[in-house]
Amino acid sequence: MGTFSTLLLQKTEILEIVKMSIMVSGSATIISAFIGIPLGAWMGLTDFKGRKVLLRIVYTLMALPPVLAGLLVYLLLSRSGPLGVWESLFTPTAMIIAQCLLVTPIITGLVAAAIAGKEGIIFDHALSLGASQMQATWTIIKETRSSMTAAVLTGFGRAFAEVGAVMLVGGNIRHMTRVLTTSIVLETRQGNFNIAVTLGIILLIISFVVSSIVLSNADEFKMT
Amino acid sequence: MNLFEIDEVTKKYGSRTVLDIPELKLRKDRIHAIMGPNGSGKTTLMRILNLLDTPDTGHIKFLGEDLENLQGRHLDVTRRMCMVFQRPFMFHSSVFNNVAYGLKIRKVSRPECEKKVKEVLDFVEMNSFASQLATRLSGGETQRVALARALVLRPELLLLDEPTANLDPSSVKHIEEIIRNWHQQYNTSVIIVTHNLFQAKRLADESILLINGKVVEKGKTHDFFNNPQAEESKQFLDGTMVY
Ligand SMILES: Nc1ncnc2c1ncn2[C@@H]1O[C@H](COP(=O)(O)OP(=O)(O)OP(=O)(O)O)[C@@H](O)[C@H]1O
Ligand SMILES: [Mg+2]
Repeated sequence: MGTFSTLLLQKTEILEIVKMSIMVSGSATIISAFIGIPLGAWMGLTDFKGRKVLLRIVYTLMALPPVLAGLLVYLLLSRSGPLGVWESLFTPTAMIIAQCLLVTPIITGLVAAAIAGKEGIIFDHALSLGASQMQATWTIIKETRSSMTAAVLTGFGRAFAEVGAVMLVGGNIRHMTRVLTTSIVLETRQGNFNIAVTLGIILLIISFVVSSIVLSNADEFKMT
Repeated sequence: MNLFEIDEVTKKYGSRTVLDIPELKLRKDRIHAIMGPNGSGKTTLMRILNLLDTPDTGHIKFLGEDLENLQGRHLDVTRRMCMVFQRPFMFHSSVFNNVAYGLKIRKVSRPECEKKVKEVLDFVEMNSFASQLATRLSGGETQRVALARALVLRPELLLLDEPTANLDPSSVKHIEEIIRNWHQQYNTSVIIVTHNLFQAKRLADESILLINGKVVEKGKTHDFFNNPQAEESKQFLDGTMVY
């Protein structure tokens, strides 16, 4: 009976952790997509002064170590930091902000690269077939939509699997900011390898399911 | 009225002049062939005529209209012509949607659009491919769809940049027939870039030879081949030209 109830407790708690993981990384990815797709499209489409430098910065930030993103957000949100008044350190909000910092450059960079590689030839074809500048731009975005899907997915994968940032700014507080990756760290440290491995498998399965859903939808778009 | 009147047009890439045409008139309702070695500026000229690029200097008139300062009329002018590119890009969609693209952009109604696309796909004998993914077509099929995509718009001018490069002889013949039949049926003006001298002989009313960005020979195709004036033209036609 005792073991059964702890198992039940574990199950509800695991569910809570999974929900928190999806909520945090999902929100961060959605916000990042809203910033990164237009930004990346703009950088891929227009030739402005300083574009190369900006691209290089974005590409560098794509490889930003999660702990560094965490540290930055920590400093911003800590009591004495510039955004200390928000009092959001060690809340899911802080985790979302930190993951946005990781994911936005990834989506921006991948979208920019996808568009910059093909934009000239698509633009020419669209214009020659009678498209206006606006229509041609829209065509480019449509033509690169599978790359955009892939970019968003890569971003989500990165957020969902990282531990450094959420650990620092979330604090791995039970029932509050605990997510899959931070739980794995905790359980491993405490020697609960079974649970740690189970959580790891859950993490992989969710990643697999999310990418399968998104990719199968992307395939459907392609034939419309 | 002339199809094009080109006046003092030059185009540079970096410090290199790739196009330098003091004067060139092309007549309406004809098939013009442009020939010349690789890198002689043929595509550059086609892009300028299609308003995709602007020359560095000079003036161009298309059907009497000055191509500078078109402003609000830009779209009206470009929609009277259409180019089939040297390496056609297929949109990631069905053959039908690729051919319908220009019509949709012009807000043609769905039933009208379907009728026109079907007609033109019949014309190029690609109707059985209508629902296939256009990015998976063979080279010859791609060229036919690219051609159909332009023809469906009934442009007054068709710009064809090597539409039969890399095609087998029977596909070449097929494409040539499509072009010839279309021209006869609708009297469309055509400018075709080709490396195939026989193709120019078979198709074109007038021929132009471009070397290093300069027009070295221009005339009725018959005269062009039988009585070329410039030394370079003779060498080019003999196949003894050293590029
Ligand atoms: N965007 C560009 N930037 C720099 N150089 C260019 C550009 N486009 C063309 N050129 C150069 O201009 C010259 C003419 O090119 P163009 O494409 O017009 O040649 P072409 O006659 O069409 O050759 P081909 O038979 O190989 O298609 C070439 O030397 C080419 O390298
Ligand atoms: Mg060319």
